[in-house]
Amino acid sequence: MIRLKNSSSNSKKKQLDIHAPKHFSLILVIGLILLLVTVFASLVLGARVVSFQELMDGLFYQNQDSYGANVVQKRISRTVFSLCCGVALGIAGVLMQSVTRNPLADPSILGVNTGASLFVIIGITFFHINTAGQYIWLALIGAAITAVFVFGIGSMGRGGATPIKLVLAGAATSAALSSLVTAIMIPSTYAMDQFRFWQVGSVGSGSWDSIAIFIPFLVTGVIIALVSAPALNALALGDDVATGLGVRPGMLRFFAICAGVVLCGVTTALAGPIGFIGLLATHAMRLVIGPDLRFLIPMSALAGAIILTFSDVVGRLIGSPGELEVGIITAFIGAPILILLAKRSKVRSL
Amino acid sequence: MSNTHVFRVDNLVSGYENKTIIHGIDLEIPRNKISVIIGANGCGKSTLLKTMAKLIKPTEGDVTLNGKAINKYPPKQLARILGLLPQSPVVPEGITVADLVGRGRFPHQSLFSGWSKKDYEAVEEAMEFMNIKEFADLDIDELSGGQRQRVWIAMALAQQTDILFLDEPTTFLDITYQVEILDLLTNLNRKFGTTIVMVLHDINLSARYADHIFAVKSGKLVAEGKPTDVLTADLVKTVFDLNCVVIPDPISDTPLIIPKGRYHVKDESATL
Ligand SMILES: Nc1ncnc2c1ncn2[C@@H]1O[C@H](COP(=O)(O)OP(=O)(O)OP(=O)(O)O)[C@@H](O)[C@H]1O
Ligand SMILES: [Mg+2]
Repeated sequence: MIRLKNSSSNSKKKQLDIHAPKHFSLILVIGLILLLVTVFASLVLGARVVSFQELMDGLFYQNQDSYGANVVQKRISRTVFSLCCGVALGIAGVLMQSVTRNPLADPSILGVNTGASLFVIIGITFFHINTAGQYIWLALIGAAITAVFVFGIGSMGRGGATPIKLVLAGAATSAALSSLVTAIMIPSTYAMDQFRFWQVGSVGSGSWDSIAIFIPFLVTGVIIALVSAPALNALALGDDVATGLGVRPGMLRFFAICAGVVLCGVTTALAGPIGFIGLLATHAMRLVIGPDLRFLIPMSALAGAIILTFSDVVGRLIGSPGELEVGIITAFIGAPILILLAKRSKVRSL
Repeated sequence: MSNTHVFRVDNLVSGYENKTIIHGIDLEIPRNKISVIIGANGCGKSTLLKTMAKLIKPTEGDVTLNGKAINKYPPKQLARILGLLPQSPVVPEGITVADLVGRGRFPHQSLFSGWSKKDYEAVEEAMEFMNIKEFADLDIDELSGGQRQRVWIAMALAQQTDILFLDEPTTFLDITYQVEILDLLTNLNRKFGTTIVMVLHDINLSARYADHIFAVKSGKLVAEGKPTDVLTADLVKTVFDLNCVVIPDPISDTPLIIPKGRYHVKDESATL
């Protein structure tokens, strides 16, 4: 209904600006190159550095009996698994941050990680459960119950589920659940042993089997995230403006949290709790491309995959001839970078 | 251009949790006109506007658009007819002007359609209309309060609705910006017949720019009509509990309210 008379010649350029963040294609290309480099490093580097010939053998299933080719093939599944985890955690991070409108929200902030851990430790201790296929359901149930619980508490009182109440409820719940985890684990040496490795977070156990379990959840979560990106963009302007634009904030939050819980719960079940990725990937990308979620969600997925895989490679190099679990590395890389990010005034609050 | 939407409020009761704020309001919004809601702080203006915009669910009564309750419309469809600018919207930091204005296009976009040519045009036109095209690529945080307010209104314009609700679009603005914003809104109304309902605190600017006034006191509608008919010293006394003298505005001939306090009156011992 509003008509513009003089569509000037540089209007084309303006249109591009609305559509994509500045230098978006350049950033995307750089990201993809980094991804390739990281994947390459993940296949080649580790306790045993493989030669180019061995890499080719492993990739194309030739010379099956050579040790190098075997190493490469193990690393292929490990790399794919770590990419999946990175994508899942990156997206779970953006979703949680958008929903709580809290720039520091990580899946762990709603206590989702801890809830998943608690259920897994209960399974290990009391039901002697020890396969990934069983962990995953326990972790998902734990993550979901925790999310519902935290959401329930956070919605009580005035104004429904405000960001600040959600974060407080999440932090309190998380603290309570952690002490439960410890209380259950300490008396049981069996659980300790089983749980210790899992609790640190590692992609070393990533096999094609766990990837197969992962994929359906990953795809579901990613689709929900991408589809809700425009509505989440509107939600960023506050619940009132969003409602005025035709969004149902309650329903949108519910779906976005579900997707976040599934992504983070499944990752936690298969790899153990890995912190910081969601936070790190999203913040790094937000600094570079800005807050538009239609771009931020896929780019955080990319960044998450790169950072996690890179951390895994670093863990293998530092820990050689054994390896350092990736959860330790992400904490080490993550913490200082996060402090740096937080110190730079350009870190965006939402 | 004009629109034919009939927006009615019948026997409306609403509020927060178990606190009732609006106690039975009936009104019909004049089509293609600018209406202004006036009333003292806390009398329920924002609550009324929010209930009319579906942000608050009425406890009793109906809010209807063309005879159909607004909550019966699919949300996006309603958002293509009715736009809202709340009193103090949240600004996500780091968002550019063009991006923010573009978010007003949400109700016009479907899951897979993405950005159409019409969307780009609407955004560009809205920015042109509010004179903010030169800021398109700037961060919102780099703008002054008045420029920022223009950006928000541009976002609402990009939504291209026939009815537009604005809660205090001129707060925090200096007098020049206030007049400018009201002029721009009048432009919008004259050019496209957009039905505008807004809350304003400056009663004299309300008198000048409104076609229709709704006066609210303690959650009830105490008067409505053309400013010249409604804005009397008696009404100001009722609604704001303020003594005043009403004279014709030398510029617009609309009522001009001259408040009378306890001091600085020519003869302080006189009428109080
Ligand atoms: N979210 C809320 N929860 C509970 N009570 C509220 C809420 N918002 C407003 N109120 C109360 O409702 C009453 C009316 O508020 P409202 O915002 O509608 O007033 P207003 O006329 O817009 O005032 P102002 O001119 O200051 O904007 C006030 O007493 C206020 O305390
Ligand atoms: Mg108000």
